[in-house]
Amino acid sequence: MVDRLLGRSRDATPVLVPAESTGSADNQAAVWARVQLARNLRRPHTLELIHLMADGWVELHGDRLFGDDGAMVAGLATIDCHRVAIVGMQKGADTEENIRRSFGMPHPEGYRKAMRVMEMAERFGLPIVTLIDVPGAHPGAESEERGIADAIARSIALMSRLRTPIVAVITGEGGSGGALALAVADVVIALENATYSVITPEGCASILWRTPEEAPTAARAMRMSAGEQQRLGVVDVVVPEPAGGAHTDHAETARHLRTTIVGWLDALVPVPTDQLVEARYRRFRALGPYTETAAPAVPAPERTGLADRLRNLLDMNRWATPTGPQPGQGRQRDEPPARDEV
Amino acid sequence: MPIKLPSFRPRRDAYPPDLWTKCPSCGEMLFNKQLDKATRVCPSCGHHFRLSAQARLDLLLDHGSFEELDAGLQSVDPLGFVDQKPYPDRVIAAQTATGLRDAAVRGIGAIDGHPVSVCVMDFGFMGGSMGAVVGEKVTRAAEDALARRIPLLIVSASGGARMQEGTLALMQLAKTVGALERLRMAGVPYVSLLSDPTTGGVFASYAVLGDVNLAEPNALIGFAGARVAAGTIGAELPPGFQRAEFLFDHGFVDRVVHRSELRAELALLLRYLQPRALATEAASSSLGLSSFRPLGILSSLADRVLAPAEEPAPAPVPSPSAPSAASSNAEAPRG
Repeated sequence: MVDRLLGRSRDATPVLVPAESTGSADNQAAVWARVQLARNLRRPHTLELIHLMADGWVELHGDRLFGDDGAMVAGLATIDCHRVAIVGMQKGADTEENIRRSFGMPHPEGYRKAMRVMEMAERFGLPIVTLIDVPGAHPGAESEERGIADAIARSIALMSRLRTPIVAVITGEGGSGGALALAVADVVIALENATYSVITPEGCASILWRTPEEAPTAARAMRMSAGEQQRLGVVDVVVPEPAGGAHTDHAETARHLRTTIVGWLDALVPVPTDQLVEARYRRFRALGPYTETAAPAVPAPERTGLADRLRNLLDMNRWATPTGPQPGQGRQRDEPPARDEV
Repeated sequence: MPIKLPSFRPRRDAYPPDLWTKCPSCGEMLFNKQLDKATRVCPSCGHHFRLSAQARLDLLLDHGSFEELDAGLQSVDPLGFVDQKPYPDRVIAAQTATGLRDAAVRGIGAIDGHPVSVCVMDFGFMGGSMGAVVGEKVTRAAEDALARRIPLLIVSASGGARMQEGTLALMQLAKTVGALERLRMAGVPYVSLLSDPTTGGVFASYAVLGDVNLAEPNALIGFAGARVAAGTIGAELPPGFQRAEFLFDHGFVDRVVHRSELRAELALLLRYLQPRALATEAASSSLGLSSFRPLGILSSLADRVLAPAEEPAPAPVPSPSAPSAASSNAEAPRG
C-alpha cells in the first residue's frame, strides 16, 4: 500500500507479514475452527484491545441525531506517539452486557456516531483506526426504520473521501456490510483468526444449500478466513495470534496488533493527503475481477421485441418480414423468467 | 399489421404460464399480452410486476436513444465457488435464460431529450445479484456521468451482493459508493429508482444514495430479509414492513411513483437537477473537495450559504427556459 503510494519497493514496508498464516489453503475443518475462534466469547473485544494498546483513551458518546449505541464505541486515544480517533464495534463479555450492546450489532445510530467521530478526526487532522468485530449490522425493524442501509452507505461514502489516514483492523468477525461500513481504509489489517465475509456462513448455507447445517461448507466456499482474504487482495496484512487463538493471551495479541498499527500509522501519516485519498479510491476501484470481451451480448438477438418490431415497421414504412412477430418470442424479452417471490 | 401465422405447437403445454399470469396481489388472471401493454402493472389492482432490464429501458428512455456500453463484461469465478452447482454453470444458465451477460445493463440514453448515463438491473439474472460485473457497470456509469457531466440514473432490482463472489462482491459496495461520492462532490445529479426488490448490499450502497430516491409502489426495499428481522426481534413486524411506502414514511424515499408516471417524473426531475456548471466550479471539482480555500470546513459551509447568491451571476445557465439546480431552489416550484 505505502509502497504503491511512495513508489518504494515491497520489502521496505515496516510491517510484519507472518508467513504461516498466508501459507496453503485451509481445509474445511480449519476454516470452521477459525470461524469459531473469531466468535469466541473470551476473545479480546474492542474496548479491551484499546485499553491494552493505547496509552490514553477518552470515549465519546452519541450520534447527535437519535441516541448512543452501545454496540459501537468511538473516542480519542494515543497509540505510541500518534493521537488517533478510534471507532469500533463492541461485543459484550457476558449475556447481560451482550443484551445491552445488542451482541455487537450496531443500529444506524452506531454508524452515525462513528461517522461523526471520523469527520471530527478529519477536521483536527487525526488519523483513524477502526476495530471491526461484528456479526452484521442489526437486522431488526427499528434498525430498518432508522435507515440502517442509509447509515452503512453513507459511512462507506464518507470513508472513501476522508482526508486523513485510515487503518482498519478486523479483530474478529467481519460480517458483511456492517463490517465494510468501517473498513474502507488505506490499509486493511486482520488478525489471523478473524473472518471477513459477504454474509454469515449460516445465512449463505441456508440460501444456497437450503440448510444452515452446511455452514462449514459455506465458510470454506466463501474463503472467509483472514489468510484467504489476503490472497484475494481484500485484506492487506494478517497479524499472527498466540498459539491457540487470541483469547489465550490478550496482552500478546494486543502487542502484535499495536506494533502493526503503529508501523502503518508511521508510514501513512507522512503521505500527502491527495495521494492518500486517490490511492484509497484506486484500491477499492480495482477489487473484483471480470473479463471484458469485445463481442456484444450472449446469443440473444438484439432488439427483437414486439414493440421494436412494430416501431421498425412504422419507421421504415414497410411490412415485416414473412416470419412476423411471434407472440412467444416477443414476450421472452419483456418478461423475466419465472422466479420465486422474495 | 402482418398476418399472424398459425402456430404448430400443441396449444395445451403452452397454455397457462405463457398466456396468463395470476396477479399475486388481487388474484386476477391477467392475459400476458395485455399485461405487457400495461407495462406489467395489474389493471385491476395496480400491482407492479417486475420488469426486465430491456423492458425498463424501453419504458424510461426516449425511443432509440439508448446506446449500450460495456456489453462485453463477463463474470469470472474468483473463489472457485461450488454449492449445488458450480458458479460458472449458474452464470451460463442465467445467460441463456435471460440473454444478458450479467445482471445489469448500462449505457447512455435520453429522457425527454435530457441525456443521462443509465444503469439498469435485471432481477431475472441470478436474482439481480451484484458481483464484480454489476459493480463495474454501476461504477463506469457513474464515471461516465462525471466525465460527460450528465445526470446518472440507476434502476435497482436486486437481492443484494452475489454470495458466489464472496467478499469481492462485498467490495463492490465500496467501489460503487466511492465513484458516486466523486459524482456528488462534482455536483452531478444522481437519481436512484428502487424497484421490486432492492435489498441487502445494493440497497445499502448505491440504491439508497440518490440525490433523489424514487420507488415503485409496494416494492420490497430493505437491508436484512424480513425473516431475519423477525427472528431477531420476535414476531412483531410493522404492517407493510420494508415496502416502498414504509421507506417513504420513514423518510428514505422522496417519492413513490406509479410506473405509468415514472418517465414524466424523471423528466421533470432532470429539468430541475442539472449538473453544476464546470466553469465556476473548476477549482473544487478538480479535487472533488473544497480544498481550494484554506479552511476546508468553514469554506464548505460558506459555499452552502453563498451558493444561491453567487450562482446566478457568473454561472452560464445552460438554457434559459430550464432553471439551474441552485436557482430552482430559490424559486421553488409551488404549483
